[in-house]
Amino acid sequence: MEESNKKVYWKGLEQLTNSPEFVKHAHQEFAQPGPEEDLGHSRRDFLKMMGFGMSAVALAACEAPIRKAIPYVNKPVDVDPSVPNYYASTYINGGDYASVVVKVREGRPIKIDGNALSSATKGGVSAQVEASVLSLYDNDRLRGAKIDKKRVDWKDLDREVIAKLNAIAAQGGQIRIVSNTILSPSTKAVIEKFKAKFPTTQHIQYDQSSAYGILKANEESFGSAFIPTYDFSKAKTIVSVAADFIGSWIAPIEFTKGYALGREVNEEKTDMSRHYQFESILSITGANADYRTQIKPSEEGAVVAQLYNLIAAKAGRATVTGGVEKANLAKAADDLWATKGSSLVVAGSNDKAIQVLVNGINDMLGSYGTTIDPSLTVNYRQGDDQAMSAFVGELEAGKVEGVIFYNCNPVYDHPQGKKIGAALKNVTLSIATGYKEEETGDLVKYLAPDHHYLESWNDAEPKKNLFSLSQPTITPIFKTRSAQSSFLTWAGESETDYFEVVKANWSTWFGASAGVNLQTFWDKCLYDGVYEKPVEAKSVYFSGDVGAAANAISNNYKAAASGQKELVIYESGNIGNGSQANNPLLQELPDPITKAVWDHYVTVAPKEAEGIKFFESNTRKAKITVEGQEPVIVAILPQPGQAAGTIGLPLGYGRTKAGKVADGRGANAYPLIGLLNGSLSYGANVKFEIIEEEYQIAQTQTHNTAMGRAAVIQETILSKFKKDPSADSYQPKVTTWNGTEDKIDPETATLWKNHDYTNHHWGMSIDLNTCTGCAACVVACNVENNVALVGREEVINRREMHWLRIDRYYSSDAPVTDWKGLEEASDNPEVVFQPMLCQHCNNAPCETVCPVAATTHSTEGLNQMTYNRCIGTRYCANNCPYKVRRFNWFKYHDNKQFQDVNTAMNTDLGKMVLNPDVTVRSRGVMEKCSFCVQRIQAGKLTAKKEKRRVADGEVNVACAAACSTGAIVFGDLNDKDSKISKLLKVRPTFADRPTVNDKDADNPRAYQVIEEIGVRPNIWYLKKVRNKDAAKA
Amino acid sequence: MSSDSRFALLVLKTDIEPHMIKNFTSACKFFILVFVFAFVSSTSSAQEISTDPAAIKAGEGIFNANCKSCHKVKEKLVGPALAGVDERAPSIDWIKSFIKNPPGMIASGDAYANNLYKDYKPTMMTAFSSLKDEDIMNVLAYVKAKEAEVPKDDVIKDPVPGGENTEAGGSDLLNLVAIGVVIVLLLLVVTLALLISSLKRFLDQKNLNEEEKEVVHSPITLKSALSSPAFIFIVAFLVAALGFKTVINNLFAIGVQQGYAPKQPIAFSHKIHAGDLEIDCKYCHVGVTKGKSATIPSVNICMNCHNQIKEGAQTGASQIKQITDAYANNEPIKWVRIHNLPDLAYFNHAQHVVVGGVECQTCHGPIQEMEVVKQHSLLTMGWCIDCHRKTDIDTTRNAEYYDKMLKIHAEKKGSKAPFKVEDIGGLECSKCHY
Repeated sequence: MEESNKKVYWKGLEQLTNSPEFVKHAHQEFAQPGPEEDLGHSRRDFLKMMGFGMSAVALAACEAPIRKAIPYVNKPVDVDPSVPNYYASTYINGGDYASVVVKVREGRPIKIDGNALSSATKGGVSAQVEASVLSLYDNDRLRGAKIDKKRVDWKDLDREVIAKLNAIAAQGGQIRIVSNTILSPSTKAVIEKFKAKFPTTQHIQYDQSSAYGILKANEESFGSAFIPTYDFSKAKTIVSVAADFIGSWIAPIEFTKGYALGREVNEEKTDMSRHYQFESILSITGANADYRTQIKPSEEGAVVAQLYNLIAAKAGRATVTGGVEKANLAKAADDLWATKGSSLVVAGSNDKAIQVLVNGINDMLGSYGTTIDPSLTVNYRQGDDQAMSAFVGELEAGKVEGVIFYNCNPVYDHPQGKKIGAALKNVTLSIATGYKEEETGDLVKYLAPDHHYLESWNDAEPKKNLFSLSQPTITPIFKTRSAQSSFLTWAGESETDYFEVVKANWSTWFGASAGVNLQTFWDKCLYDGVYEKPVEAKSVYFSGDVGAAANAISNNYKAAASGQKELVIYESGNIGNGSQANNPLLQELPDPITKAVWDHYVTVAPKEAEGIKFFESNTRKAKITVEGQEPVIVAILPQPGQAAGTIGLPLGYGRTKAGKVADGRGANAYPLIGLLNGSLSYGANVKFEIIEEEYQIAQTQTHNTAMGRAAVIQETILSKFKKDPSADSYQPKVTTWNGTEDKIDPETATLWKNHDYTNHHWGMSIDLNTCTGCAACVVACNVENNVALVGREEVINRREMHWLRIDRYYSSDAPVTDWKGLEEASDNPEVVFQPMLCQHCNNAPCETVCPVAATTHSTEGLNQMTYNRCIGTRYCANNCPYKVRRFNWFKYHDNKQFQDVNTAMNTDLGKMVLNPDVTVRSRGVMEKCSFCVQRIQAGKLTAKKEKRRVADGEVNVACAAACSTGAIVFGDLNDKDSKISKLLKVRPTFADRPTVNDKDADNPRAYQVIEEIGVRPNIWYLKKVRNKDAAKA
Repeated sequence: MSSDSRFALLVLKTDIEPHMIKNFTSACKFFILVFVFAFVSSTSSAQEISTDPAAIKAGEGIFNANCKSCHKVKEKLVGPALAGVDERAPSIDWIKSFIKNPPGMIASGDAYANNLYKDYKPTMMTAFSSLKDEDIMNVLAYVKAKEAEVPKDDVIKDPVPGGENTEAGGSDLLNLVAIGVVIVLLLLVVTLALLISSLKRFLDQKNLNEEEKEVVHSPITLKSALSSPAFIFIVAFLVAALGFKTVINNLFAIGVQQGYAPKQPIAFSHKIHAGDLEIDCKYCHVGVTKGKSATIPSVNICMNCHNQIKEGAQTGASQIKQITDAYANNEPIKWVRIHNLPDLAYFNHAQHVVVGGVECQTCHGPIQEMEVVKQHSLLTMGWCIDCHRKTDIDTTRNAEYYDKMLKIHAEKKGSKAPFKVEDIGGLECSKCHY
């Protein structure tokens, strides 16, 4: 300090003289006491008194409210409060099918599992099936019959409808019944009865994702329009040209199951199928492929033609015109020919010409009778695109006087929806029977709502001679009536009870030949959910005109002109075709590939997303214009793997009348679907403009690659695996105090005292080879554990609550030393899906940092989370190396802010879906995967009540139960004979202390994620094996 | 705490002997009576009613399975009391044929049967045609034996002098100790007072200046004592500490409803049903062996008996009518829930009743004596944990499940170490909170 520069100022003379009076008051802020201190009671006293008063009142009010306990008047014999009942039933949504087992508590369905007795789905489910239980409790459902949007009695509706039907019939007016694919033989019989009464009636079926091209192609190739059963489990070489058979093509549940069987490898079974995929968007199927080639939609036909020619050359048949050279195509042809008899070629195209060529290829490969069973036909897709187009024409021309939309919504989900909607005004009688109003119901005069499938009797024939029963698992919540009963009533039938119709049909169709008492037969079918009859084997002879098909292909497909892009319209992995879009479980389910939730987007090759940094999912919107259509404006999502020059647009968004959850999200892609050869064409050449409007997409995963960390993702290739099953396994070592040369296994260096597991030791194994990333497990976990849904904004804030997430990693082209480059995914990346959940570490880092011991370890290996003890410090989440802990930033239940996104916890109707055995967490507490401890406890209790030990498989967690491919296995590691112990080849690390938690897995594929930190998880992952050739050095 | 429990143990130990004696004497009396009775009956009855314990046991089983819902041995229930039926009825053969076909007997014009029916109209006894003659003889044997048991009941009801004495002895001991302590303390005060006065006298003999004298003879007035800082501190401390403790105690009691006995819509008496009529708890609370909820009985269970029994001993027809009305109108009865566990705690009845073999009364108290049910236990977490710490597991109930655990437990803690609920993870959070 420089004294010379410093001037001294005084406040006044008092300070200069430093009088005693001045010194006394110098430290007080105010010279005079403030006015409040003059009063007898200060402001602070007032606050104190008020505070005391309020707490006294609060304490006095701490009296518990009177709660009532209301038993049944007449308790049903099979219903016991708190004891779940399980009913076999059938999920039917248009042509989508799954045989299911419904868990019912106190008369409310709360969970859906797969039914292993069905030979079609074999216990498999999809995310849509798992989520459908919440659609039952959709607040936007119709409450009863309506005429002109006004609630009426069913009697009144019936009277008016019958009068109009009779009037139309008297004049010979045309009546149409429009529906999606109908799987139910009894429903078809009912419609036949309706047609008999009103002979001018025609029934038209259409599908959102049509397979009309396959039906037509098979008609041409084999003489009858059918879709065969594709058996992916028997295929050694699979070539798929744009068929997303794991995600959305025809029967993904069934195909996924078969596909996974062929992908299983272990030391005994070292062969697996080889899968080639040629596609434009990165589909979930392409993500699982061993070889994936990017093609444009306009090249699909040419690729098939090229493949045909390559195979034909080997088979000595005539080649066809067209064809295009593509990477891996010749290799695929070689492999297909080498595994002749167990090869399978599928194409996703709805173009008859392409499918005829595919049939020709399969015929040359001898697939019919082996991987393709033409005698076991499937009914999943019966839609007739031509009939539907004709119907739209008739409707517009005013030739149709009565139209009944049976549980379908063509105004939204048919390309001609707008025309249908406009023409409906001129129709005398328009009826919709959907359980929700939706876009079509909004425009019809009469609403005759059907039950939800969980409320109704029904049957299904998904495949030839496989019959499946649907039974109500809850009394209809609203005044709805089964659509079949409606048809029967309007047709003036004496028997209008659809249950009686189904039962009578089953009795006459199968009961008589079943050889048992009819009631016994019916009871057995109802108990099993399915009834199967043998199918006569039938061989087919290919007689398709491949030459004509090839010519059609070369004539019909034009590459996009410059300045245009080729559009692929597809079903996303979460919303699907949009029929369940109002289900928040699906809206908040991350799409397996894009990881986007609640948002609509267009996928673009990253290099073509000009001017978009895509940091933190911030992007811009694009305008997509198909000639003659209104432009669609959606956000751009740069998608690694997207073929250059192509864009992908998911269906299912842009709803306007689905309900509060879905309305106004994104744009409707259905109008962009075109027509080709009379069938719907899910691609078009479009004008694509990036516009200025900015947008942030909600994504749950924004980092794309695993950064080459073998501690997280381990993979190898089949040829290496065959030679050495532990090839490419990464065993991390830690350095000791002896110097960098001395390295030991991380588990041998520990400060931890081990836990004793004298009873059970629960563990899990996740096979990265068979996990397809389908995300059924995520929804199953949400439903089982009352996991809150938080909505788009909160996902952007990274506050999603999912206990189980599926990390999707892309490979990178950069060398492992280039850390910046490693963050960029390849243009055509390889993909790994890794389900990530609480690893139930034996040396859990979260447990040590909790100041209130809210997270503790159990004697069965569980890392327990006690919500009522948690004070929300979030230390545990910070200390969790796997980032699987979730914090309740808000009260998500009974909170208006979340009522439109978390419907299961905010409306009386939605709350019926909650699992009563699991606490609904409140604000300010941490939560995470509990290994479904409620199921473990229930399983142990059942065993103890029956005075025995828990049998293997008796206790299963929700994710493992929902896993169609069996990638997730859960069980007791202490039980030497359990499936998981045998799979992992578990042995105690220390032979002299077998009960101590430390266990090693001798399966050469088993590894634990970030093992080097020594937390010793109870979850093992099985290394991914790709069936690729070794890279040429 | 530890001394308390030791004391309690002492009392318990002294209590054991008289009990044993009591049981022994009652047992002796019972056996003598049975013996005498058996002797008498074997000589008097034409058709012999067996006194064989096996027959009595068999009879008990048959009685419980078939007769119990309508008959008691010494009291009238739906049907007459059965004591002395062998002497009352025309003959043993008549009893046999009546049991097998009561309507037939009445229709046949049998005088005794018709008189009986007149008394119990319109209730007619169910026909038990499936019972064999020997079954009926076994039931009679059981009835005879049960009749003879009456004195045993009296013995139990008699006040046991031994038992009471011990308790009195226990409290006397406590009193004696207290009196002793008081005497010692009083003696101490007297000694100290004497000491002070002698010290003062000694100081007076010395030459003290005025100030010093004032100190020695300073009068301890009430005012000076009350205003002394030590006193104020002690009082303030005590008040604060007591206040704090009261507040904490009261805070802990929030939500604890021990003793909660709300008025129910129907004055249902557990004393009559579970106590006097000895209806098994599980007969009405059907869920208790199945799952989490013990279930409050649905009206159709009440109607099993109350479609016949329309009047009660205490309230006449007024309360029972509410049940029959509820049934007729299909309207459930809205009982007031007494035991309210917080939603965050999972409790399963089947786990405790079936697996653990815990008696209902352990948690619900002497329910068979309650006219109005009240919450007997605290239902706090401390109460749960306490029981899990103290309760031994009866591993014989499910040897297959516990064997291995028991072995490891014995290896670690010794074969004599108690095997408590705590040792199978009964204190873990996720056993009750998920």
